[in-house]
Amino acid sequence: MSTESFTQAPAETIDLQRRNVLKSSGLAIAFLWLGGTGAASAMMSARRQPADTAAAMADGNPPFAPNAFIRIDSEGPVRLVMPSVEMGQGIYTGCCMLLAEELGVGLDQIKVEHSPPSDDLYGIPALGGQITGGSTSTRATWSVLREAGAVARSMLVSAAAVQWHVDPSTCTVDRGVVHHAKSGRSATFNQLADVAGRLPMPEKVQLTDPKDFQLIGKPIRRVDAADKVKGATQFGIDVRVPGMKVATVMACPTFAGKLASIDDKAARKLPGVVDVLRLDNAVAVVGEHFWAAKKGMEALVIDWNLGVNANLTTQQLQDAMADSARNGKGIVARDDGERPQGTLVQSEYQSPMLAHATMEPMNCTVHVTHDQCEIWTGTQVPMRAAQEAAKITGLPIEKIVLHNQYLGGGFGRRLETDWVEQAVAFAKQVPYPLKLVWTREEDIRQDHMRPMYHDVISAVLDAEGRPVWYGYRTSGGSVLARFAPGAMGKDGLDSDAVECVVEIPYDIPKAHVEWMRHDMPPGFIVGWWRGVGPTHNLFVVESFIDELAHHANKDPLEFRRSLLQKNARAMGVLNLAAEKIGWNSQPLPARVGRGIALAEPFGSHVCLIVETEVTPQGEVRLRKAVAAIDVGIAVNTSSIEAQVQGGVLFGLSAALYSELTIKNGAVEQSNFNNYRVLRINEAPLVEVHRVVNAEPPGGLGEVGTAIAAPALANAIFAATGVRLYKLPVDRHVLVQSPEVLKSVVSAAAREERRDIA
Amino acid sequence: MVSLSVNGQSYPVDVPDDMPLLWVLRDVIGLTGTKFGCGIAQCGACTVHLDGQAVRSCVLPVGNIGNRAITTIEAVGNTPAGQKIQQAWLDVDVVQCGYCQSGQIMAAAALLAHTPHPSDDDIDTAMSGNICRCATYVRIRAAIKQAATGKLEILQTIGSTPEGAAP
Repeated sequence: MSTESFTQAPAETIDLQRRNVLKSSGLAIAFLWLGGTGAASAMMSARRQPADTAAAMADGNPPFAPNAFIRIDSEGPVRLVMPSVEMGQGIYTGCCMLLAEELGVGLDQIKVEHSPPSDDLYGIPALGGQITGGSTSTRATWSVLREAGAVARSMLVSAAAVQWHVDPSTCTVDRGVVHHAKSGRSATFNQLADVAGRLPMPEKVQLTDPKDFQLIGKPIRRVDAADKVKGATQFGIDVRVPGMKVATVMACPTFAGKLASIDDKAARKLPGVVDVLRLDNAVAVVGEHFWAAKKGMEALVIDWNLGVNANLTTQQLQDAMADSARNGKGIVARDDGERPQGTLVQSEYQSPMLAHATMEPMNCTVHVTHDQCEIWTGTQVPMRAAQEAAKITGLPIEKIVLHNQYLGGGFGRRLETDWVEQAVAFAKQVPYPLKLVWTREEDIRQDHMRPMYHDVISAVLDAEGRPVWYGYRTSGGSVLARFAPGAMGKDGLDSDAVECVVEIPYDIPKAHVEWMRHDMPPGFIVGWWRGVGPTHNLFVVESFIDELAHHANKDPLEFRRSLLQKNARAMGVLNLAAEKIGWNSQPLPARVGRGIALAEPFGSHVCLIVETEVTPQGEVRLRKAVAAIDVGIAVNTSSIEAQVQGGVLFGLSAALYSELTIKNGAVEQSNFNNYRVLRINEAPLVEVHRVVNAEPPGGLGEVGTAIAAPALANAIFAATGVRLYKLPVDRHVLVQSPEVLKSVVSAAAREERRDIA
Repeated sequence: MVSLSVNGQSYPVDVPDDMPLLWVLRDVIGLTGTKFGCGIAQCGACTVHLDGQAVRSCVLPVGNIGNRAITTIEAVGNTPAGQKIQQAWLDVDVVQCGYCQSGQIMAAAALLAHTPHPSDDDIDTAMSGNICRCATYVRIRAAIKQAATGKLEILQTIGSTPEGAAP
């Protein structure tokens, strides 16, 4: 039945000298931060490594732990240790499917565990460490986890065969039991664990032929759903440690500002307030519970030194960014020589700063004792978090015990460690375990925000209006330069800044792409945000392609098709989406339009078509969205649908409503009342259709988000004739005429909502 | 001293009258299924039932509750509507990160208890106070309809009904 043979050689070899081999792999390029120092040290393996002994010992010392992912005890469920973190993207289910498929257990027979911090055991090769980001998890684990499952099964079968004196190839495995049909014998994995644990590692194992997959490629329910619908899942914020106190924090709202002085007399008198703690730029109030801490914070009189950003505004930031895009000296990311002759067209686009606003605000529980620092938090970077804690406490890394938790949303926010560092710095001042919980206001104001961008995009057209060259000048801050300086290109290029622009799906022979590094003022820390570089660049590129179509008087679908004759996979998703929405079926009502966006982010191929109405008053009402995606081999088709649906709506939410603005050097928004996000009454149906093939898996978690904004902007253009050069959507420019503002906002206006608070 | 009736059990708690129910549940009683999201009744993560009505516990002072019965996500499965909603959530595989889902389920269960056959507008009205940043809205809508009708409502654009792990 199985045909694929495996050796220990990794399935994909990364040439460290040629980072461009990972052209379409999104953040993976950005993360490949080895800095030319040689081979990656971090590497997951299907087989036991030196670091496994200690890890298994700390995890209950099971008799059978053939690698970092599988633990089988003498009784109880098979325990699977997850290399990636679960923040909603469904990776625990995907990883369990890969392991269980080859191991031969049902998903109802397993127990899932968070991995401890370890680059050696759980490092993603392309990211250089234990990092969940860049839509890399499935791509990175697709081979190694199946092989890990097969290694374990092979050893369990051998254990049975040895005891029964039979040929291992005559044994079968089904739901955690090894059978020998001829003799009628069977033994459970639990019974075999002890013997299997003493066998040598098999060098070669057989992987299941894809046509025989029981789990992979099917729509499988999530392994974490049962607890989540009962409120039983423990997120970081739910951790309760004996003797724990709860703190809330306020850092200087003006970036780079410092704490000058505080008057805490009133706060300390409040019932339940335990302590007031300080850092050089923040103050925490500790209480018996969060409410006491919050009341204490409100009672503090705080004096800040606002520092260099005291008068800074959004307008100043935008003006400087625009000047940089137009006049700055760029770092060249692609250059194909002289610009050809023809008609030159050019546009400028602007993208705003964004907050992540994960539903679970930042939080971290820390207990620092004289010889240990124990941490409970939900992080996308467990090892980096532990390393930062070691620096702050002065303890050796092996004395940092980090318990990762389920993440109440990540979106890149939890790739940072700032809140963990802050919690450790406060906790080392007190003897008790300290749980630090940010208010939503702190979470928005102290976000490591998605950078703002200003882009100049241009094209040279031939006589038929077909682009023969495109130019791109993008200006923005660099996340990578801070996050992984060693990953910056030799000439200082941040590859994330030009992701999905250096290579585009279309057949346009020549291009010139450059990035103007434009760092934000001191204290403004920009961070990864779902979809990273592609989310921003695709808004510009795909809006502009739409502009070119209209410039050429061509239908946007036909115009794209004419540029995709050499790109079958892009053409495939374009045609599928167009067919499913019925692109040419019937005329749409007035002020209703459809917009296409097409791209190849994160190693996948995607087309999104958004259909929207724009009311005469300028309100955008989403009617429908149809996505077609080619992710190659599917692991969990239910997850694909869910991730594209959620990803698209996350992107549409930002494009419609979201922007962080700055006044006096501080974020003006503070909570969901003024940082608006999409709600269910605004969410359209999102259909997801898949091009089925057997290509290697592509990334998924960020694909829908990256493609959302341009499809919306193009739909709004189709509905109104107004091109949006700036996000979020400005309703004022979409008003049909001043007169309509005097009439009822919309016939579809809902009755006043019941106040159920 | 305030006495609260939570999930059929009586809890005497020594807290200030103005303390929101959310923090009493989470930090005093230790029922952490009810979530903190915004603190100003904007996101719905903290939704619980007060005598069967969905309320935002982050702005509800415990001193105002009196002897009304509080139901949280930990016990909503004991009500017919709550049981149906939780099962539909599993069948449709709604959750992603799951953090908002306690509140979503509490809001949906209250809706179903009062409106056994909700229209799209009913769903919008009852559920628009609950933010989901993973944007599971398409499946939330499908799950509420499925709970109401007993008919499969899952969007079948990509595959059939999910199978597998969740009981």
